[in-house]
Amino acid sequence: MILLILLGVPLFAAAALVFVGDRRLAPEVNIAGSAATFAAGLGLAFQVYGQGPMTAGGNFFFVDAFNVYLAVLTSFVSMTTAVFSRRYMRREREHGRVGHWGMRFYHSMFQLFIFAMLLCLLTNNIGVLWIAMELATLSTVLLVSLYRTPTAIEAAWKYFILCGVGIAQALFGTVLLYFAAEKVLGEGGEALLWTNLSQVSDKLEPTVLSLAFVFLMVGYGTKVGLVPLHNWLPDAHSEGPTPISAVLSGLLLNIALYALVRCKTLVDGSTHSHRAGDIMMWFGIISIIVAAFSLLRQKDIKRMFSYSSIEHMGIATFAFGLGGPIATFGALLHMLVHSLAKSSIFFTVGHASQMNKTQEMDRIRGLIKGNPLVGWGLILGAMAIVGMPPFGVFTSEFLILTATMKDAPLMTPFLLLGLGVAFAAILRRVQFMVSGDVPSYQKPMKAAHLPVVVHMALVLLIGLYMPVFLNQWFHRAVEILK
Amino acid sequence: MNGSIVEILQIVILIGLAPAFAGWIKVVKCRMQGRTSPGLFRPYRDLAKLFSKDIVLAENASWIFRFTPYLVFGTVIIAGAVVPMLSTNLPLSLTADAIVLVGLFGIARFFTALAGMDIGTAFGGMGSSREMMVASLAEPAMLMAIFTVSLLCGSTSLSGIAGTVSGAGFIAKPSLAFAFFAFVLIALAENGRIPVDNPATHLELTMLHEAMILEYSGRHLALIEWAGMMKLFLFMAIGSALFFPFGIDAADNISGIPQAFVFLVVKLGAAGVVLVLIETGLAKMRLFRLTEFLGSAFLMATLGMLSFFILE
Amino acid sequence: MDLQTAAQINSFLAAFVLLTAFGMLAQKRIYSLIHLFAWQGFFLSINTAIVAYVAGKHHLYISSVLTLSLKVIALPYILHILVVKLKIRKEVETMVNIPTTMLIGIALVIFSYYLTAPVTELSRLITRSTIAVALATVMIGLLMMITRKKAVTQIIGFLAMENGLFFAATSATYGMPLVVELGVALDVLIAAFIFGIFFFHIHTTFDSLDVEQMTRLKEGD
Repeated sequence: MILLILLGVPLFAAAALVFVGDRRLAPEVNIAGSAATFAAGLGLAFQVYGQGPMTAGGNFFFVDAFNVYLAVLTSFVSMTTAVFSRRYMRREREHGRVGHWGMRFYHSMFQLFIFAMLLCLLTNNIGVLWIAMELATLSTVLLVSLYRTPTAIEAAWKYFILCGVGIAQALFGTVLLYFAAEKVLGEGGEALLWTNLSQVSDKLEPTVLSLAFVFLMVGYGTKVGLVPLHNWLPDAHSEGPTPISAVLSGLLLNIALYALVRCKTLVDGSTHSHRAGDIMMWFGIISIIVAAFSLLRQKDIKRMFSYSSIEHMGIATFAFGLGGPIATFGALLHMLVHSLAKSSIFFTVGHASQMNKTQEMDRIRGLIKGNPLVGWGLILGAMAIVGMPPFGVFTSEFLILTATMKDAPLMTPFLLLGLGVAFAAILRRVQFMVSGDVPSYQKPMKAAHLPVVVHMALVLLIGLYMPVFLNQWFHRAVEILK
Repeated sequence: MNGSIVEILQIVILIGLAPAFAGWIKVVKCRMQGRTSPGLFRPYRDLAKLFSKDIVLAENASWIFRFTPYLVFGTVIIAGAVVPMLSTNLPLSLTADAIVLVGLFGIARFFTALAGMDIGTAFGGMGSSREMMVASLAEPAMLMAIFTVSLLCGSTSLSGIAGTVSGAGFIAKPSLAFAFFAFVLIALAENGRIPVDNPATHLELTMLHEAMILEYSGRHLALIEWAGMMKLFLFMAIGSALFFPFGIDAADNISGIPQAFVFLVVKLGAAGVVLVLIETGLAKMRLFRLTEFLGSAFLMATLGMLSFFILE
Repeated sequence: MDLQTAAQINSFLAAFVLLTAFGMLAQKRIYSLIHLFAWQGFFLSINTAIVAYVAGKHHLYISSVLTLSLKVIALPYILHILVVKLKIRKEVETMVNIPTTMLIGIALVIFSYYLTAPVTELSRLITRSTIAVALATVMIGLLMMITRKKAVTQIIGFLAMENGLFFAATSATYGMPLVVELGVALDVLIAAFIFGIFFFHIHTTFDSLDVEQMTRLKEGD
């Protein structure tokens, strides 16, 4: 029942917002919808926390510790993003960058996007998972090109085409998976359900599953933004409206990684080897290194943080590939704190670029003097994202590093190199932007406090003290992924 | 013993009927385009006329120039001896398979090209170079098509292939269809038909084959033209032997031969009509688009081979 | 219809699908490209119907009809309208010349054959031999997307890829469950609307549908 609310609210809100259109009320409806979704997500989480994994809707939905925590995270970040976008989008509207139809479209698609992501997480059917993933892409394509500038259209086209290609490979992988499953579970929808697949994973044909995993890796890996399949990501994340960048970076990448990890557990169960993990580790480490060095060359602030997202997704992918309780725990934690920190950074970045009317880092200066919240928010967010203690990212990266030194010591220097370069690249730029005097072209403006403060507080809290329920939750998820 | 008789009979039919086949194509074409036809026997009269004329030789013509017409005529006749037109029971087919057949056509073409350059006129050289360009693309495609069919039948001998394809239990396969399409394209190119070349024109910009033999006259020209007609006839016969080998006699006796002959004539008649349909339906291509045309022939043949491995 | 005949027709249709894929790769005129795409969908639809009949899978009839209406009628129609509206008359422009593309295409077919060999061996369905062709169709669609400059041709490549995937599902497993098939069709339909909107955006912004002009977003700029 609560599941139905969780999925129904965003879908209903998407439909409702088409009619609300560009009225003053629209952002509030958007926030209300997201808040209701979050409440439902929390309710579901408590239910699962109390009663353990469950299925619903005739095996169509499946909830366990792994996906419910992501569902809560998704609904939470989308709620805070909705709060942020109320002020942000209103300013964009005043500046004339978005028209009447654009606003209507934006709000409706935002909700549809949330629906697609939640469906991705909660469905029990790997076919439906694929469909929802494609739906999530399609609903954001036109949001990326919302400003209709040549660069925005180019970015959206790239996003559409490259993710289309990638996701097609994933469908082929899914077909192969179904092919293998059908032999064990018989024909029909039953053979595509996680709950059934995970029980018989050791009976699935290993050669077919290995082949399937290659396609799934390429397919969902494109959506995760792993190098060398990452070309679309910096463009799409930097050209769209900032709230969309926040949810793309903070949430959609997580969802794609979730799909990949689920598939990996099946393949591991079938092949009884570490092959899938090895592939993920290599993709991960290459992403970390390439993204870290690309960070150095960026001039556009949103592009820079998009590369940072690639780097962090690389870390999480690497950790999942490494396997083992510590690394998996670290990866789960990393997904959570990265998502919170990165969306918070995008909120401040959005304000900063609106104040300075540019995304070029050379022209953004004096943020602390201009608007303390934005300035401090950005510098603290950057410190969090590069993994400085006491923020939560430090904890997760520390766990992952420890596990790497133990299980794959040869990889450690590469991992450290990537982290070090990213550290230097981001802090150097951010320090420049927040310090100094307020330039003449900078306009003061009111910022949305709440999202930034709440996100940063959470990241700090997780770094200082891990709540017991979160700890247990992750332990359960680690059990599932073993 | 019967085999040798059939062999000789085949060669006689090839030599005797080839001009009639060329005439038949002209007749059908004229009918289709609403013109009065010159009649089925026009090519015979043309040949007779050419034979009765004197030869005009250039001063610097070497032995290659004089030797080529006889060589070309000879190779086509040898080729005719291995293609199962009436019967698959041919003694010579054991000595030469489909690959040798391609080689025989290659020899003829090589000498024609040499002869084209022998005199040293501009047209001859141009024709030779164009002809070799076409050949360099058509031959691999031809071989590929033949390989596909050979793989399917487990033999490179034309008689063997014809025997397998016409045999009981053989079912149509995609690879055979691909090979057939490729073969049709190659046959058009090899015989200088539209859309590759226009046999009815002497316009210097578009000539391929005709440019090479521009310097020939009298008896020599007659032999070359005749060999050309025989080659066309032969390609149709190869096509029918590889892809539609119905009615070809498989037993070692003479009694089946008349029936096989009737089948041959009917099939060739039909092939002529199809050829005319293709030629009237298409326009001649620009020279530089020939690579695409022959490339697609090669592609077809390769796809045929791939689908043999994949689908069968 | 017995199994033998069905398998034979099936492999012929697979060959035609492959042929249309290569035809699209070779085709220079945009209208012919759309027609070839429609033909490919048509072959797929027939193939699906035959498999449905032989295997007794009724949900495949729905997929077949869906393919027919979506990929043979609706999408080519939409594309046609767009091409007329946006006045795209120029020939298809390629980044790599066509013979080379063809050779790469052949290499891709061989690659697909080797890749799917283990799957084909394990399968007992009459359609098993066409799995390699299905993957090859996907790969060729991908190749087409990479080597073409115009947005319309890229989209046709994308849709051809989708065709290949559908074909793969039919030949490897007699089709995915109906929920999935319907969902995929829905996604394709949404994608079609989105690229339709996109064409207009690109056209008005760049004054052409040439993707080559989209070079503003580069590294380090």
